Amino acid sequence: MESPLPLQSLRVGGAELLFDGVKEHQVTLPSQSEPWDMKQLLVWIQRNLLKERPELFVQGDSVRPGILVLINDADWELMGELEYQLQDQDNVVFISTLHGG
Amino acid sequence: MCQVDEDYNGQLDRDEVLSFSKKCVKCKEATAVLVIRAGDMFCSGCFKEYFVHKFRAMLGKNRIIFPGERVLLAVSGGPSSCSMLNQVQEGLSQNAHKKLRFIPGIVYIDEGGALGLSVEERQRTVDELQSMFKATGFPYHILPLEEVFDLPSSVLEESSPSSEQPDITYKAAVDHFIQTNRNCYLSPEKQADLTGLNIQESHTHSLQQIFGSIKTLTAKEDLLQTLRQHLLVHTARSKGYSKLMLGDNCTRLAVKLLASISLGRGAQLAIDTGFSDLRYGDIITVRPMRDYSAKEVSFYNHMYNVPSVFIPTLDTKTTDKASVLRLTESFVTKLQAHFPSTVSTIYRTSEKLQTIQPSPSSSTAHNWDKCLLCMCALDTNVVEKASAFQATLISELLSQRRASRPVDTASPTLRPEFQGPESTAAGGVGCERAACGGGCCSSVKAPESTELKSLLCYSCQLTIKDMSSADLLPQYILSEAQRRKRRSQMREEIREFLLDEDY
Ligand SMILES: [Zn+2]
Ligand SMILES: [Zn+2]
Repeated sequence: MESPLPLQSLRVGGAELLFDGVKEHQVTLPSQSEPWDMKQLLVWIQRNLLKERPELFVQGDSVRPGILVLINDADWELMGELEYQLQDQDNVVFISTLHGG
Repeated sequence: MCQVDEDYNGQLDRDEVLSFSKKCVKCKEATAVLVIRAGDMFCSGCFKEYFVHKFRAMLGKNRIIFPGERVLLAVSGGPSSCSMLNQVQEGLSQNAHKKLRFIPGIVYIDEGGALGLSVEERQRTVDELQSMFKATGFPYHILPLEEVFDLPSSVLEESSPSSEQPDITYKAAVDHFIQTNRNCYLSPEKQADLTGLNIQESHTHSLQQIFGSIKTLTAKEDLLQTLRQHLLVHTARSKGYSKLMLGDNCTRLAVKLLASISLGRGAQLAIDTGFSDLRYGDIITVRPMRDYSAKEVSFYNHMYNVPSVFIPTLDTKTTDKASVLRLTESFVTKLQAHFPSTVSTIYRTSEKLQTIQPSPSSSTAHNWDKCLLCMCALDTNVVEKASAFQATLISELLSQRRASRPVDTASPTLRPEFQGPESTAAGGVGCERAACGGGCCSSVKAPESTELKSLLCYSCQLTIKDMSSADLLPQYILSEAQRRKRRSQMREEIREFLLDEDY
């Protein structure tokens, strides 16, 4: 059993309306038997943070195309994307490049 | 993964992850933080260099903005136009040989009225933008879209390029600028001290009536774009700017390009998406961000803290299928996710399109050949008998006829004028009969919209067709339409007295 995992911050840019207008979220992921990866984080976000129209943020088990993901200020494409295992104090940012959010 | 819960452990772990990661393709030393195209990974330093260089190269290559020229930057608050503003600031602060040498100003058009936002919401956004604009030190103009109701109809006339800059070459202009005036942008006109949006409530109402009368989001987006463009051009003219800079990035342009094809704007593609756009004559529109992908822009803004403001638009929180533009965007981004060269391929295709930019001297006299709304050359007066447009007209005509009387064989003289108000009215007569298969009743239009038709390009016709009444359009459009109609009537009357080339 792993201990709860606090993230340094979780931010959404350009898609904040789906999150009740809140851009920056303080997140501590609950403890679970296996380590947290991005795939699980997306599920958690969908259940706990997304306030409406989840399909405008998550599609399939990844983010909607057109939404960029940065982990510790680096492109998640360089970090293993969905398989990336989250670490204590990681900094996760989602930026929508879609018109109108 | 079971590990000792010690502070440094997480740190070690992270370094390990990074040490596996790839090196920057440019300096081959630093760790890459961003994948631009498939295989191109940049570190943050090299990315910045690449990004900044691209902006200057785009302007340098095209040599269209002269030193000392006043350029109006259209900033929407979104990432791309804010990034453009940032690059201009950056460029003006560079050392001598790399310096941008034009004089910038900013315009923001608040579209909140068309979206039905409250005055408070709009004011909040404007306050946020205003503090951003103030920080640049550039003069700025903040206008509500409602100001379209005060536009003069002359905004729809193409003006001839100003003769202030006769045929001097770019090089000569640079030399002249360096000799005479190094720092003219250091003494800019005072920044207007706007405290609030000056919105006339009755105009907000009229604006909402217009947008309420349009059925589809596609047509709403198109009309909003058109009105906004008119206001931008007018602002540039009335405030003494000769260039207008738009912030469209290449992802956006790729989407617009494909959407335009679906919307029947094939003939205008090149002018709608190219680097420079001469359709207004005196005010030249340029798109210096067209080499950047949306990803590059957003990444740069994030890394280098370029501020932007989230502003809802017509398509905010709508689904993928809400409008043609939205659907195309979703199509392109999905394709891009699996095939990273999608956007650049579409973009390169657009580069190959030829812009037919009429020479200024030949075009100015022929306003009647231009679309009343988008001001592109009319694509509807092409007389090619076998064109798709003609085919559409014929089938539209046939379907209208079937309702009114037994189909008679298509007459050889099917021409656009044929579908004047009379023919639609005739369609109405047969309505009771056979419930007309849903065809004719719905196609009975107010005579005004039919009247505008001959002045519009194919695509703008479709947009106006979507409005319940074209009478709701702002006065400057209706008056210019009347003026053009009178002129063409007059031309028709005196036709036989004219020499060929005058006609
Ligand atoms: Zn590098
Ligand atoms: Zn048009």
